[in-house]
Amino acid sequence: MEKITLASQLLQYLITGLTVGSVYAMVAVGFNIIYNVTEIINFAQGEFVMLGGLIMVFFHVAMGLSLILAFPATVILVTLVGMLLDRLAIRPIRQPSVLTLIIATIAASIIIKGAAMFIWGKDPYDLPAFSGRNPITFLGAVIQPQYLWVIGFLVFVVIALSIFFDRTIIGKAMSACADNADAASLVGINVKQMILLSFALSAGIGAVAGITMTPISLMEYDRGVMLAIKGFGAAILGGLGSFPGAILGGLIIGSIESFGAGLISSGYKDAFALLVLMAVLFFKPSGIFGDIEISKIKRF
Amino acid sequence: MTLRRISIIATICLFVVGLLINPAQAFKGTYKVGAVFSVTGRTSFLGDPEKKTAEMLAEQINNAGGINGHKLELIIYDSEGDATKCNLAVKKLITKDKVCAVIGPSLSGTSMAVLPVAEKNKTPLISCAASYKIVHNEKTGKPYKWVFKTPQTDTMAVEAIYSHLFKRGLNKIAIISVTSGFGASGRGELIRLAPTYGMIIVADEKYGPKDTDMTAQLTKIKGKAPAAIVNWSVGPTQVTVLRNWRDLGMSSIPFYQSHGFGSRKNIELAAGAAEGILCPLGSCNIAGLLSASHPQKDVTMKYSKDYKARYNEPLSSFGGHAWDALQMVVQALSNVGDDKAKIRDYLENNIKGFVGQHGVFNYSLNDHNGLTKDAFNMVIVKDGDWALAD
Repeated sequence: MEKITLASQLLQYLITGLTVGSVYAMVAVGFNIIYNVTEIINFAQGEFVMLGGLIMVFFHVAMGLSLILAFPATVILVTLVGMLLDRLAIRPIRQPSVLTLIIATIAASIIIKGAAMFIWGKDPYDLPAFSGRNPITFLGAVIQPQYLWVIGFLVFVVIALSIFFDRTIIGKAMSACADNADAASLVGINVKQMILLSFALSAGIGAVAGITMTPISLMEYDRGVMLAIKGFGAAILGGLGSFPGAILGGLIIGSIESFGAGLISSGYKDAFALLVLMAVLFFKPSGIFGDIEISKIKRF
Repeated sequence: MTLRRISIIATICLFVVGLLINPAQAFKGTYKVGAVFSVTGRTSFLGDPEKKTAEMLAEQINNAGGINGHKLELIIYDSEGDATKCNLAVKKLITKDKVCAVIGPSLSGTSMAVLPVAEKNKTPLISCAASYKIVHNEKTGKPYKWVFKTPQTDTMAVEAIYSHLFKRGLNKIAIISVTSGFGASGRGELIRLAPTYGMIIVADEKYGPKDTDMTAQLTKIKGKAPAAIVNWSVGPTQVTVLRNWRDLGMSSIPFYQSHGFGSRKNIELAAGAAEGILCPLGSCNIAGLLSASHPQKDVTMKYSKDYKARYNEPLSSFGGHAWDALQMVVQALSNVGDDKAKIRDYLENNIKGFVGQHGVFNYSLNDHNGLTKDAFNMVIVKDGDWALAD
């Protein structure tokens, strides 16, 4: 076998890091959408990713639906789960404080995980790659076509979200809730509906992340927690509430893990990502794109 | 009226008599054997086939007339993989149920927790867990007096892999392992035994049990150009690492998996990437592949056929550990009866050339595991199925 050059190795680490980072970024974006409207951290975010992967396996592999049909069906189903989460776990809570709501999402994540274990069992499931498994060689590094799908969907999610928040009335109404919920309701925005919408959106994005990553790394019922932690780290790193921050944060954490594992020690790769996170928070407590003035008026 | 009453009473009497003449009455007495497995909980993949195997065997033995006319009564408790519950269950088996021997538990952790109970109550225990420490007292350097075990150890798996590498003349290896207890233990043995087999470890990479991608670690390994890669993990990561290995175009470097890879499900999940993978497996995983002259051919074929017929599910190699443990106890019972001390002595002195599911056992004063690396067969994945490697 020919020896791989250092340059190719570095390129390989970068590609791997960006792919893994894209998944973290999508989870982080999901955190931010809900955070912006409700000021809570939805710890069931990782469960949406897991459900996305497993429901896609059910539709595409078990039921034999084509990719074009199974993909939207999965996203819609997971979106419904997200809306149910709001209606059943978040809205009924009386005198909600941020802390009780966060605890409710933790409970929901445990329930969703348990339900998934009952339905699918503990085995991991595989999904065929969207466009085959023949790797593309690029300057000595190897790229799976699925990597491009993951990164591509991140780009798509980013573009769609920025159009939604900047160009549509509903998007602007959501941003208004994020800025000041009381003022938003005074001008006639239905805040409760916006909260429901935020859960729906972030569940949908979580589903996309799960669907695109499953052909690379398989999916099983208890994958959600780890992804939620990494995505949360990415959201904090980029500045909670900031979309560019979430994406940058995800890509940075993914790349650090990959370079750390490759160049220094694979045993400590999670530690490198956390070290960078802590260092950033030390110098800029609000995260890379976060605004300290805004974070002061937030309840959490 | 009276005639009808008489006939009713007569029917009832016949019914009661019929109940009394129970087939169980044909036995002279019962031999009680206890078992503790992790039937439910996170490690149910171990305990569930073990319980099913033990129940199936007990049924077969009793249907065939029991052990020297005695009925084999098997009392099984579920430890749920919990050390405290396991400890209580074993105490209950010994003191309340008064069993003459205990088989199980399923995990190394729970086995270590019940060692002292078996020792204190002088009751033979045959563990179905992997760790070498179960039958190795660190203080004396000898096995515990009352404790035996059936599964192969990590050491034997490493020896089997290294012997195979040595035979092929490969000595520059890269190891990659998961950071769980299983991976850490395997990695430790890989490093410890490397000098004995002349192996040079050029890379020692790790990944987490929930990691989604090992491309970075494999790229680093690729840079070191080893002659072979040895991976030590269980669960989905051992499949992901294979796919990454194939995707990176590293298929020309032979890839060895640990004995944790022994499930056909893994071959399916790898979606073609498992082709050419080598791993050490116990004979009961590959009963159909063994040559007719192989000593374990008959027992493994019978077990695999019976299990599939009885439970309508594919055989799990873990059930084989319970098979080995229970059959040894049964052999002891049929030779020396249900005296605990006699059973223990019989196990230590007379289990020689015992043909089980996972190997041919030879217990002795200093060896309460009784297996060597020959208990593993090197197997290669060929056309989506196992084949014996040469």
